[in-house]
Amino acid sequence: MITVAKTGIDRTVAPKIIDAVDLNLQLKPYRKYILKNGVEVFAIDAGAEDVMMVEWVHYAGNLYEEKNFVASATNFMLKNGTSTKTAFQINEHFEYFGAYLNRTAYNETSAITLHTLTKHVGELLPVVREMLTESIFPEEELNTFKKIMQQRLSVNLLKCDFVAQRLIDAYLYGEQHPYGRLSRFEDYESLTREQLAEFYKQYYLQGKFLIFVAGKLPENLEELLNKNFGDLSNKRPEGKNFLVRPAPEMKQRITNDPNGVQGAIRIARHFPNRHHPDFLKVQVLNSLFGGFFGSRLMANIREDKGYTYGIHSYIQNHIQQTAWMVSTEAGRDVCEPAIKEVYHEMKTLREELVDEEELLLVRNYMMGSILGDLDGPFQVIARWKNIILNELDESYFYNSINTIKTITAEELKQLAEKYLQPEQFYELVVV
Amino acid sequence: MIQFEKFVLQNGLRVIVHQDTSTPLAVVNVMYDVGARDEDPDKTGFAHLFEHLMFGGSLHVESYDEPLQMAGGDNNAYTTQDLTTYHVQLPSENIETAFWLESDRMLSLAFSEKSLDVQRKVVCEEFKEHYINKPYGDAWHKIRELAYEVHPYRWMTIGKELSHIENAKLEDVKDFFFRFYRPINAVLVVAGNVTLEQVKTLAEKWFGDIPPGEKYQRNLPQEPAQKKAKKMELKADVPLDALYKCWHIASRFDNKYYITDLITDILSGGGSTRLYQSLVKEKKLFSNIECYHFGNFDNGLLSIEGKLVKGVKMTEAERAVNDELEKIKNELISETELTKVKNKTESTIAFEDMAVMSRAISLAFYELLGDAELMNRELDKYNAVTASDILDEARNIFREENSSTLYYYSNNN
Repeated sequence: MITVAKTGIDRTVAPKIIDAVDLNLQLKPYRKYILKNGVEVFAIDAGAEDVMMVEWVHYAGNLYEEKNFVASATNFMLKNGTSTKTAFQINEHFEYFGAYLNRTAYNETSAITLHTLTKHVGELLPVVREMLTESIFPEEELNTFKKIMQQRLSVNLLKCDFVAQRLIDAYLYGEQHPYGRLSRFEDYESLTREQLAEFYKQYYLQGKFLIFVAGKLPENLEELLNKNFGDLSNKRPEGKNFLVRPAPEMKQRITNDPNGVQGAIRIARHFPNRHHPDFLKVQVLNSLFGGFFGSRLMANIREDKGYTYGIHSYIQNHIQQTAWMVSTEAGRDVCEPAIKEVYHEMKTLREELVDEEELLLVRNYMMGSILGDLDGPFQVIARWKNIILNELDESYFYNSINTIKTITAEELKQLAEKYLQPEQFYELVVV
Repeated sequence: MIQFEKFVLQNGLRVIVHQDTSTPLAVVNVMYDVGARDEDPDKTGFAHLFEHLMFGGSLHVESYDEPLQMAGGDNNAYTTQDLTTYHVQLPSENIETAFWLESDRMLSLAFSEKSLDVQRKVVCEEFKEHYINKPYGDAWHKIRELAYEVHPYRWMTIGKELSHIENAKLEDVKDFFFRFYRPINAVLVVAGNVTLEQVKTLAEKWFGDIPPGEKYQRNLPQEPAQKKAKKMELKADVPLDALYKCWHIASRFDNKYYITDLITDILSGGGSTRLYQSLVKEKKLFSNIECYHFGNFDNGLLSIEGKLVKGVKMTEAERAVNDELEKIKNELISETELTKVKNKTESTIAFEDMAVMSRAISLAFYELLGDAELMNRELDKYNAVTASDILDEARNIFREENSSTLYYYSNNN
């Protein structure tokens, strides 16, 4: 019999643990520099490996464009040619030093992100400066970009999850809203280099940016940043407000592929942004509902019924207003039963108090996961970036910890009654 | 340099300890020397299905996930053709929870009928999500069957077909477990804010009494050298034609591995690489093109795959790929280009090593390859590669008779 072995341990008894809720989680403070032009630099100097990242965040997201894709095309093509370098030469320069230069357009902002061995950063910053001051958007590069994007779209449109995500966003926010815009072939087709050059002028050459840096930082970092970026424009463009125009019809079923073997399900409702007093509390309710592997949705719909490989709920990462979303791909013939179970789990949360053991598990899981997420300089700066771009401060982080530790079962039930009401949810299945 | 200590328990379990006091976390990684290549050809997908079952309760612990989440931990697992690995991350104060959970499921699973029943369905949905309900999702199933005649790399880790998973029996599960999931076939890595003494005590306490099991003697049919080019055509409801070509390459154990890896970096993976610059940017024949390999333990495949720009003929696209390969076979690459791919490797390794979890998994991986210390010698092996090594190995790999080609046509054209 192996149950009680020579070491005499009783394997049925769990080892003692400290509750993760008792951990004293700290968000490492950043160091802040102000460049000569007033540009703010947020820095986390930490880590054992000689690597670092620099991110330039411009107020040049989709929000500011007059025409679909101009913001993302401009951001993408920053790497595709300057007055002295071709796209190939720019790529070769970064790749020669083993560095990665990525760019991403978001709704409010757009980013250029450099990952490099610290020893090479001095060779790379002047080329980033050149991209930010001397980009020329060559016609031929734009044509190739348009063609590639259209072909990628044609492949994506065959994927039920891609189609479902863009449609649910369009239902929630309206197609005119930056959060709900649909990509269409003709939008790519009609892009011109003049539109990109104008956007570049307005939001890069005459715009505003922030810099985030993290990793093992060189001693002369401030000097390097000042030299390369301390004389660029730092004037924030006027914000734009968009009205949310949700679709009148809340339940939709769409057949995208008559032979599809799975359906993509999205169930979503509007939700206020991070400044709302319920936001942090609902993060705990969301964890319990569908926010991690041990959540109610996962336990029921994957681990008990086997309808799906995975089901998740989350609050979308938007700044102005946002949505609470349930997302899964399920077998075609079990989509409707899966949806029924989602509403069933909402009902349970509205009607029954979560027991203390399950609540403690959620608290511990969330605390442990924040501890893990804060491990390493890149993770710490990512958290700060989110706080800063949402115009919050460190109290947001500490309030969030405090909420996880102290929220009660009654509060969670009240929040479920307030927000988990089926008639407030949009519902979509794309097969 | 990654510092570590190693010891072996009496039952043969290899234990590696990597201390890093800068993190508040501990990581526990258990890697088993079994992958999809060890499956019965009539029961494919089993190693991966089994990975799911490892979360369905063990002999003394009803639920794996709950106590771990209670301890503030998180976990994941993956299966490849060569290995299966399970990893846990948790606050270092709670590390014993990970020992308790991992040792109990190494001792024995609960073998619950319900868990098997549910996970069969979950894995079937995973199969559908990634390989049936996605455009081009079946391409690699076809290529593997084309390129391999006898070696079990013929099938995908997810399995050859849904029915193999649907038909899995509890008896198969038990056999598989007691054959492969034994201390003698496993590596345990503990990393993060831990000490050697602490790990020794905990490893002995929790894993020490698990019966060693029998060392698995792998005896797989080895793929004979390919003598003739293979080609296959396929038509499907996809928007664009696609070209897949692959060639047999040496195993992960061979020194040629490092040369081959650099060859793939020369050809693709960045905006200044050859296939992208020539075929996407200059000739505008492909909308994307990639060259990669899987680092397989047995002789593997190097693959080039790309989607054709609408209107481009398959023959023209293939000829252009072959022209690029002729260049790398006939012209020595410049020192600048060689330095570039070596610098990329140096930086990739440095970024990978940032996370303690990634270091732990790498240590287990190299221990399974033969010795965890190999991890610290990798960069030197890359740096030793010369331009003429690249030339010779490119000639050796990119031979017509060594190639398999899948022409994946769109029904719309």
